[in-house]
Amino acid sequence: MKKSTLFDIISPVMAGPSSSHTAGAVRLGLLARNIYKKNPKKVVFKLYNSYAHTGKGHGTDKGLLAGILGLRVDDRRIKNIFDADIAKNIEYRFEYYDNFRRHPNAVDIELYGDYDMKICGDSVGAGEILITKINDFNVSLSGNYNTLILVYKDKPGVISSVTSHLQYANINIASLSCDRSAKGQDASMIICIDGNLKEDIVQNIEKMDDIYFVTYVEKLEN
Amino acid sequence: MDINISTFEQLHNVCISTNKPIYEIAQEVMATSEDISVNEVRSFALRSLFAMKEAINSGMRSDELSMSGMCGDDCAKLQKRFEKEHSMFGRLFENILEYALATSEENIRMGTIVACPTAGSCGILPAALIAVSREYGYSEEEQINALITAGEIGRIISIKVALAGAVAGCQAECGTASAMAAAAVCQLRGGNVRQILNASALALKNLLGLTCDPVAGLVEVPCVKRNPFLAVHSVTAVELALSGVESKIPIDEVIDSMAQTGALMSPMLKESSQAGLATTKTGLKIKDHVFGEK
Repeated sequence: MKKSTLFDIISPVMAGPSSSHTAGAVRLGLLARNIYKKNPKKVVFKLYNSYAHTGKGHGTDKGLLAGILGLRVDDRRIKNIFDADIAKNIEYRFEYYDNFRRHPNAVDIELYGDYDMKICGDSVGAGEILITKINDFNVSLSGNYNTLILVYKDKPGVISSVTSHLQYANINIASLSCDRSAKGQDASMIICIDGNLKEDIVQNIEKMDDIYFVTYVEKLEN
Repeated sequence: MDINISTFEQLHNVCISTNKPIYEIAQEVMATSEDISVNEVRSFALRSLFAMKEAINSGMRSDELSMSGMCGDDCAKLQKRFEKEHSMFGRLFENILEYALATSEENIRMGTIVACPTAGSCGILPAALIAVSREYGYSEEEQINALITAGEIGRIISIKVALAGAVAGCQAECGTASAMAAAAVCQLRGGNVRQILNASALALKNLLGLTCDPVAGLVEVPCVKRNPFLAVHSVTAVELALSGVESKIPIDEVIDSMAQTGALMSPMLKESSQAGLATTKTGLKIKDHVFGEK
């Protein structure tokens, strides 16, 4: 677990009123945007529990949409995002649910466009967030690191083949976690790295055998 | 400086042995751990300081209500009165109250603020730091020193207590902010390491047990008005500490006590709005009014 730094205590500069319900919402939207990689045509936000109950008073809905549109937590347009020009070309809807199995501040973001994607996440406090699911795969993305996400066939040697590509590029791995649906079936790998990964490395990994899906998600600025 | 400081006792000892103030140690440790220069650390602090001043300026010019309609026009009321009739404690006191309310109200109308350490407590440190700096003409460099000092206080508190109302109540949010503000002002006024840590301990000690019971679950009642109260509270701690008054309980132990108190506090009083002010007759009536048509 990462400890707070001096910077964490005297920041972020953010649109109020709540780090979890406003800044956290913007960051969830932003990270979802980084994962989806394109401008979606339509977005459905499903808000759960406290996000559903007090979200309106905290601008949670505005924050989520602003994040999807690429605005940072301190952007002055967040407050009036529903009337802003950049929100004119996107269709969006908010739905509200109670579900005790979900985190108090949980949201599902369904993105529709060139392709469809469902991203689930929680706002875990002090503006920190966690993306917990992308489509059917469980993940754990905080947005604090540049991250490589892979879906691959569970078999010996895949992990070391992937990490050797990173070693070749002189990239340090901050953390690595794997999960699989069953032995020899689909597996997922999440690699948080220090520094930046060049596009050609991602492409090389994509060309490997037994790799079904690769995406590189850039960390959030603040 | 490549060391890991996790208690105030350690911080105190490093300051004494190196003969350096808290901010110098803090900025050197931060620079080393993030692999950046001390100047970059100070630039980061300056950006926050600038945003704090912007929030005060915007807040002082507005009387727009929040989305719930509960808060937003109190700073305007103060300014209007102080134009005609000065406060009993003079201009500095007026500025502290106004700046704290301006920032807090800017927060609840979705304006831009600095979460320091949290959004709900965002008015406390800037009000004390900036009002005192303007009163005595402290330079920008001195203000950055004060802000970094405050940040280090908050950082060390956060190692033992999560700075979230949902985890440890308002003592962890506004209490920490007040301890940070006391440290900042004590640094500005020329306090030494011991006096700064005493100022923080005194401020924190007086806020132990503070619950988080916001009406309708919003960061408005009682949060907004708590900010000016605690900005003044911080200055009280500084005056005591600069006079040589010491906290009988050392700050590290005060924080242990805050962690314990937070753990023992009922979840109903920790940001869940299930008790306290939130469930008073009027509190519930306001909630119905705000979220009635969903």
